[in-house]
Amino acid sequence: MNNSSVNVTAPSAVMEEEKAEQKVKKPLPLWVIYVLPSMLIFLIFVIYPFLKNIVTSAFATSNTGSLTSFVGLSNYIDLFTDPQYLQILKNTVIYTVLTVPLTVVISLMLAVLSCTDRPGMGIFRTIFSSTMGISVAAGSVFWNLLFHPTAGLLNHVVQFFGGESIGWLTDSHYALISISVVSIWMNIGFSYLVLMGGLKNIDDSHYESVEIVGGGFFYRLRKVTIPLISPSLFFVVTTSLINAFQSFGLIDMLTSGGPNNSTNLMVYRLYNDAFVNFRFGSASAQGVILFVVIFLVSQLQTKLTERMVTYQ
Amino acid sequence: MKKVETTLTYIILTIAAVFVCFPILFSVALSFSDLQDILKGDYIPSGLNFTNYINAFQTQPLFHYMMNSAITGVLSTVLQILFALLAAYAIVFIPFKGKRILFMIMMATMMIPGEVLVISNFQTIRSMNLLNTFAGLILPGLASTFGIFLLRQNMMQIPMELKEASTVSGLSDFRFFIKVVVPMVTNAIVTLAIYLFLVNWNSYMWPLLSTTDDTVRTVQIGLRQLKNTEAVSDYGMMAAGAIITSLPTLLLIFFGQKRLQEGMTKGAIK
Repeated sequence: MNNSSVNVTAPSAVMEEEKAEQKVKKPLPLWVIYVLPSMLIFLIFVIYPFLKNIVTSAFATSNTGSLTSFVGLSNYIDLFTDPQYLQILKNTVIYTVLTVPLTVVISLMLAVLSCTDRPGMGIFRTIFSSTMGISVAAGSVFWNLLFHPTAGLLNHVVQFFGGESIGWLTDSHYALISISVVSIWMNIGFSYLVLMGGLKNIDDSHYESVEIVGGGFFYRLRKVTIPLISPSLFFVVTTSLINAFQSFGLIDMLTSGGPNNSTNLMVYRLYNDAFVNFRFGSASAQGVILFVVIFLVSQLQTKLTERMVTYQ
Repeated sequence: MKKVETTLTYIILTIAAVFVCFPILFSVALSFSDLQDILKGDYIPSGLNFTNYINAFQTQPLFHYMMNSAITGVLSTVLQILFALLAAYAIVFIPFKGKRILFMIMMATMMIPGEVLVISNFQTIRSMNLLNTFAGLILPGLASTFGIFLLRQNMMQIPMELKEASTVSGLSDFRFFIKVVVPMVTNAIVTLAIYLFLVNWNSYMWPLLSTTDDTVRTVQIGLRQLKNTEAVSDYGMMAAGAIITSLPTLLLIFFGQKRLQEGMTKGAIK
């Protein structure tokens, strides 16, 4: 029974398959050719390392990075019971809280104030977006010269007013704050540029109707500007949050995580564990933790955007 | 009332502008100053003294690093745009099964922070023997999710009828892509080129990992090297080095600022 039924259906199935193949074959190579370069890069340098990272985080590793034995969650447990890692998480949160709101508020104020046709605004716009063209390495050098304990300008100013020299980057009370100031300065350029673009898209008629009501500057800001640029605003908030969690260059250039780990942040520790201490298992677990944090932040953003954003 | 508001606006903006410019201007001043004067706290240079700039180029292979950064930056940007154009074209104009899923997977990779990938990418590039090569520097970043997204948004504005008409008149897919689609998204391509070059030129972590000698070392990592040698106490030279490093991207921002702002908001948010 079985045999005969197979025999009967086989030819038509083959024919159908051939047909299907002919149907698919024609467009198939075409889209594949177009998508292939990007897809190969994604597979080899994004998806594969991401999956490998998750796997590695559950293993003990040799110092060349090969997996030696399965350890389950113990890399994670070790991290969350390591006082230094807990301090690093705390540092990262403090750093984020210090930098993100200020970056967004300052950029927004600057964008609102300079988004007019008053003369000279072009110069302000160029100045405010300029820090986007500064790299972490160069920005760090600029600020290092301001922070310098003896030759730097900041301590000269402090001394001029009768204060005592401050170890801006070497005193654990100040170091994280100093780093945050540099970070805000560096990120204003990008946030300003995006918010400016959002403001430019607002139709003048929205303001005219407020003018009739007679609202002042803050009334306008609250009732018209902020609701209407909320897509840009959410975009800036999310990218700033994600950038804060990914901070590496500033730390590497200015403090190397010191003094006493007071400026050690998540990615700096990850880098050190992977490329200085060769503890790949732990570094991979830190990578997964970082991913989860960033994933949650972007989810939060999507949810908030859906609920609150007003599109024109 | 209106007048008060205007005056206040100018005052606030001027103060903010001074604060934003200050770190750069301070370094510009130092870069023209004598070390002795700097140590005394005399930061205003007496004239245009280029010694620090000459020193920066002579004591370090700074020019070599700049060339490396230029090659890496241009090569990455061109290939990123090319790959993104091709992928975006397929996603918008070629019908195929699983298109939505493919696009969603691509967009989902945006949520994976690059820092998570460097460990494994370092091992991959090392096993391919590509450390200290341009290929090793640029390969991992060649698929730009943002680029694909931005170009897709722009290509979706092109009416489908154009594609149908071109098929009827016998234009091949590739020619339609080159002759019709690419010219229609030139604006987005320029925006993307400015943005990607900025990001590539300023890139820090991957160049740090994938270069262990001077062969292809970029200027950012060169600056880091400079910081870790005794040159760090030659403040004027450090300032000169950082300014040279920033010049190309600062110029790009000055000229491309408007373009960048318009293109990014159009593509990224709406």
